[in-house]
Amino acid sequence: MSELFRPAAEWELQSMIARLAREKRGIEVVGHGALRNTGRVASSDVVLTTSGLKGVTLYEPTELVMSARSGTPVYEIESVLAARGQMLAFEPVDLGPTTGAPGGALSIGGVFATNFSGSRRISVGSARDNLLGVRAVNGRGELFKSGGRVMKNVAGLDVARGLTGSWGTLAVMTEVTFKVAPLPQTMQTLAFVGLPDDLAIEALSVAMATPLEVSGAVHLPKNCAERLKVAKLKHVGQSLTLLRLETFSTSIDERKEKLKAALKVYGNPIELDPEETFSLWSEFRTLSVMPFSTDTSLWRISTLPTKAPEIVAAIQKFMDAVAFYDWSGALVWLEVPAAADAGAADVRRAVAVRGGHATLIRAEPEIRSTVDVFEPLKPEIERLTRGIKSAFDPNGLLNRGRMYADF
Amino acid sequence: MPHIELPEPDVGVLRRLPILIEGLKSRVGQDLLIVDEDGRRAYETDAFTSYRRVPMLVVLPRTTEEVSKILKYCHENDVKVIPRGAGTSLCGGSLPTEDAIVLCISKMNRVIEIDYANRLARLEAGITNLQITAQVAAEGFFYAPDPSSQLACTLAGNLAMNSGGAHCLKYGVTTHNILGVKMVLIDGTVVEIGGSALERNGYDLLSLVIGSEGQLGVITEATVKLVPSPEGARPMMIGFRSPEAAGSCVSAIIAAGIIPVAIEYMDHAAIEVCEAFAGAGYPLDVEALLIVEVEGSESEIGILLGRIAEIAARFDPKTVQISADADQSARIWAGRKAAFGAIGRISDYLCMDGTIPLAQLPHALTRISQICAEYGLKVANIFHAGDGNLHPLILYDANSPEEANNAEMAGEAILKLCVELGGCLTGEHGVGIEKRELMTTQFSATDLTVQMRIKTVFDPTWRLNPAKVFPLAFSDVMRAGNAASTPEAA
Repeated sequence: MSELFRPAAEWELQSMIARLAREKRGIEVVGHGALRNTGRVASSDVVLTTSGLKGVTLYEPTELVMSARSGTPVYEIESVLAARGQMLAFEPVDLGPTTGAPGGALSIGGVFATNFSGSRRISVGSARDNLLGVRAVNGRGELFKSGGRVMKNVAGLDVARGLTGSWGTLAVMTEVTFKVAPLPQTMQTLAFVGLPDDLAIEALSVAMATPLEVSGAVHLPKNCAERLKVAKLKHVGQSLTLLRLETFSTSIDERKEKLKAALKVYGNPIELDPEETFSLWSEFRTLSVMPFSTDTSLWRISTLPTKAPEIVAAIQKFMDAVAFYDWSGALVWLEVPAAADAGAADVRRAVAVRGGHATLIRAEPEIRSTVDVFEPLKPEIERLTRGIKSAFDPNGLLNRGRMYADF
Repeated sequence: MPHIELPEPDVGVLRRLPILIEGLKSRVGQDLLIVDEDGRRAYETDAFTSYRRVPMLVVLPRTTEEVSKILKYCHENDVKVIPRGAGTSLCGGSLPTEDAIVLCISKMNRVIEIDYANRLARLEAGITNLQITAQVAAEGFFYAPDPSSQLACTLAGNLAMNSGGAHCLKYGVTTHNILGVKMVLIDGTVVEIGGSALERNGYDLLSLVIGSEGQLGVITEATVKLVPSPEGARPMMIGFRSPEAAGSCVSAIIAAGIIPVAIEYMDHAAIEVCEAFAGAGYPLDVEALLIVEVEGSESEIGILLGRIAEIAARFDPKTVQISADADQSARIWAGRKAAFGAIGRISDYLCMDGTIPLAQLPHALTRISQICAEYGLKVANIFHAGDGNLHPLILYDANSPEEANNAEMAGEAILKLCVELGGCLTGEHGVGIEKRELMTTQFSATDLTVQMRIKTVFDPTWRLNPAKVFPLAFSDVMRAGNAASTPEAA
């Protein structure tokens, strides 16, 4: 078992990394472990956890801004926000339950390190878009900051957002500052029944083109819809195309009727009340329709909405895949039978010819050690990527191999 | 104004100019080059007009391939390149030096693709901001970032400065509205960063590129998000007896869970000038004016503006006026949008661009007035109150070297104040040369080194827009072309 470092303060984390950098020891960076079963299997000498760096350090509800130490659990942050009628607008996704890691262990640092955002991303932007500033320690043991606490800040390079999606390979975030948003007064969902994938994506695109501020646009084919837990939908027995509205109580009915009118050619939807709506969309935050199983692997595909059904259909020619579409089709979660390469060859080929990229989220460690977990980079982008890695972490100590095999 | 230092031109490069001209001619043709002095003089400054330097050459490419050839040639011949869009930078971001080539992409302004089903458009970066919306408005979409210069500024400039405008409160700044770019590196390599998909693959290089002020490459194309146009939008004006009351009202609106699409603030001086210019109906007997705009259906707008009026009533407003029709709405915004021009009619001014936490607003306004008074100058304040982005306009006489110097000193003091209050040096204009030396007030040496190493990854010899953004003393080794050999870069 690797040696475990658990700094309790930023200065302690910096001094630890500085020492490890001098000793050139590889460091696996983790929060509370929610993401340990994702990404490539990193090689390291020590484990450094940010779980000791906890707590909200700044909260200004009237400025819609919060700062928190990176190891603060997301549920704690959401609890503080909810008490003031606010929320993390981008609905962070907790991969723990779907990857066999603990649920509820997601840290706010992990959210920004992976930039995994939930269904509301389609209307409010990603975690990255909501990030305002960071404090972090790079692989040289240097403490630096970028951004700040104000929403408009264009002083210098946007290093803070540049760290999002880097999976702890460039720097260990010690504190993050981000936008928060008011909780909607109320919410409702329209569920259209029985649409084939391509027609469903068309319906979602029509909805997203309206000015009605649809805040969730998901399609579940029949074999995935059957996995839903919400009582009103679980026994429908057909595909479900879901649209969420969140707004003021005085507006919700007007918007709902307009949305139904705009989509009337797609049928009469089932309507979900606020409580049902909350339960339904919470399921997507933990990917409960893609439950953990060693018999299957899970992919996350980012593409154009109109291309998504084609990609899924192409993959289904080769394997028994179950998909659901989020972000009006711009994001596909795809479950495939476990295989030697987790279906990588077929998945990547289907994506490559239609545009986008695929990330292997769940697979046995041996597979994640041998298959490209992240989409391989084009040569000129790989050159820049290696340069950036080297600029932050010249000895390749932080999460080495977590994203790419040799750096 | 004397005290922003510009590096001495490289005499060796100037001596090689005839050879360089011939070299570029042979690669991209004579018709892309502006060689004569009158032609080059048109590019001697941008909207930060206090500083001027005639570039040694101007090139106006029409394609990404031509940009690539030009940069490759400049890279191989050790020539500095200043990327330029429409030249509307207020911080000297596209100010040339005498030993540099200005590469202006204003001819690259085609719409490449509009994809309504996927809500995106791919465009050449020389297109103006407003033209993007003009192309898609009929289909019920718009491009959200709206800097005040949107009639003239290019998408390339928006990308370089990550600029936004009044509507950023709801729709975010440029970086939130871009899916991908095609960019040419200094060695001529064409890279595609991001793409059409919502999520990026690998490191978020796009975040580093947007707002990099032409330091990392020349962006030639971009894929932007298209946003559905709202059903309707209507502003209201609320006049207050004090800046404190206005500031508190802004906080109370947001605390009530209402995110207007814009909240703009004008102080008394700004109100007077803008009213004289636009006849917008601004109240002249108030100390602070908020323009608050909400979007939605007619009934939603009515309800929201009514709620905002109720909130405002808690702060004893002198006037509350909800726009009655489209004509009045247009006039209200015309006054605000024309503010910089209107003030320019009565005085030269320096437009500052700091950002502060909203709670610091009353204190900041008081201090700004004091600072300007200490330098014997007047100031008008206009800003985006929803996000704390201040625009103090420091009035001065450009024909008086002393006043010009004082204005610059007062501006520096105001920007330092913004940082002290927890804000930042620039919310939308960028750093350029104007705030370059102030970067040390916001960033530590390590913070800046981290940024400069990124610049070095993209531009190892620091030939792209050097002497901008980073303090000269910090970047002198890199600008000398030795970045790759420094221990820091290793």
